[in-house]
Amino acid sequence: SFQDDTALSTTMAAYGVPPALGVAPEMMEEISTGTTIMACQYDGGVVLGADSRTSTGTYVANRASDKITMVTDNVWMCRSGSAADTQNVCAYVKNLTEEHNMQRRGDLDPGMADVKLVANLTMQLAYKNKDKLSAGMIIGGWDATLGAQVYGIPLGGSMQRVPFTVGGSGSAYIYGWCDNTWRENMTREEAEGWVARAISLAIARDASSGGVVRLVTIHSKGSSRQMLEPKHQSLCESELPVIPRKVGGVVG
Amino acid sequence: RGVAAPPPARTMIPTRVTHNPIIGPGVVPMGVDPAYDAQYAKHGAPTRHVASHGNGRPFVVEPATPNTNTQMPYVTGTTVLGMKYKGGVMIACDTLASYGSTKRYKSIDRVKVVNSTTIIGFTGELSDFDYTMTLLNELSTTDFCEDDGKELSPMEIHSYLTRVMYNRRNKFDPLWNSLVVAGVKNGRIFLGMVGMIGQHYEDSHIAAGFGNHVARPLFREKHSDDMSEEDARTLMESCLKACVMRDKSMMNKFQIAKVEEGKAPEISEPFSVATEWNLRSYHNPTEFAPGCW
Repeated sequence: SFQDDTALSTTMAAYGVPPALGVAPEMMEEISTGTTIMACQYDGGVVLGADSRTSTGTYVANRASDKITMVTDNVWMCRSGSAADTQNVCAYVKNLTEEHNMQRRGDLDPGMADVKLVANLTMQLAYKNKDKLSAGMIIGGWDATLGAQVYGIPLGGSMQRVPFTVGGSGSAYIYGWCDNTWRENMTREEAEGWVARAISLAIARDASSGGVVRLVTIHSKGSSRQMLEPKHQSLCESELPVIPRKVGGVVG
Repeated sequence: RGVAAPPPARTMIPTRVTHNPIIGPGVVPMGVDPAYDAQYAKHGAPTRHVASHGNGRPFVVEPATPNTNTQMPYVTGTTVLGMKYKGGVMIACDTLASYGSTKRYKSIDRVKVVNSTTIIGFTGELSDFDYTMTLLNELSTTDFCEDDGKELSPMEIHSYLTRVMYNRRNKFDPLWNSLVVAGVKNGRIFLGMVGMIGQHYEDSHIAAGFGNHVARPLFREKHSDDMSEEDARTLMESCLKACVMRDKSMMNKFQIAKVEEGKAPEISEPFSVATEWNLRSYHNPTEFAPGCW
């Protein structure tokens, strides 16, 4: 009720606790997770991207965290939401995928997995435990059966194959830009640039996202990771160019 | 009859702040100005209603919500740092105003000049600071009209703001700010802080907001009152760097304002500090612990 909300907010504010989840008052109904993650398909593979900020309240607990986790060599997962929940879901999915591969793949490479398999296992875990988990995940990978695939598994445990998707609190700021600039069958360089630019734009406006931009590109030959420091990210409105720091600079 | 009179225009259009001859503008204790008290008296008073059929006694309806004028901040500025050095005092802050978690306005001035001897910086709600600046401008204008060349000193401004903040707090209608006041007058270097519930103090180095946790330990270790301006600036920049790395609602774009005896206050152009990201352990932090963050 309105009365309870006001009393609670007043008490919390008096102790210096910011409004719930740090979002503006009229957005308090949404559950958002302090991050920006995304994945997109290009001609021959997928690119996964994420920021690197983990914050507890206003404090940045980890400014270089890694939110893109390897499930198998050819399938990676972007994680958002409760770290504990997503780590454990990921560990379960890895284990189940390995067992499945040992039994079923025969002479095929057991280190590779069908992307749809990984996505389906993740979905089953997310759906069956939907009342206990707070986990939004994006699965991206390449396999010989269906090629490059991206699956979005948001809160609630639904699964949807998509050409591209964004997630986390920062995603709200870039839906419009992504819808406007997305093209099918980009080249690898174009796709990596597109994902990096989108995450830079989200970092520019979302306080819960920041740090470096991590990219993982997966294609038929394997996968590779990149880290883009702030100086390699694109500059947004009203921001100043980033100065590289000379190592060895001392205080005072 | 049957048509309600429109509300009087003067309650909707913002008017000049009432000036009380006893203790000055913006601060009005109860019983002094009936019109000012009337604004606050109406809140929470039960209204008497008469049933439309005209029969029966008038009944009283309690207000739907309790009298809570205490607000929530909407557009906020984050930390402000201040420190004294040899011959002057400087204040530093970033130029960001956040709207909850959104970094909304990226070129605002969070440190302003009050008069020729004083500067002030804020953290917290932007609109409440703009109101405070209106009060201070009115004070300065009143001073100017006296035409005797005298201005309020930094200590007087600090004291005045303490009274304003405390009196608003007593009405459960605080100005949601922490203000850092700094200035130099007649050889006396002043640096002080006033919080939203009227708490106030003076020190050689001050921080409002997150800087209290991140920057003040660095100040305690490295600061001394007779630092040169260069050393003070270097220390300030490294504290700003520490703050921007660890405060999520801060951006890498700062202004430093300084006041020295006999010189007009200066506010610098926006600048950014260098930060280090190319550390070896940052490239693949989960190499030996897959799935962790």
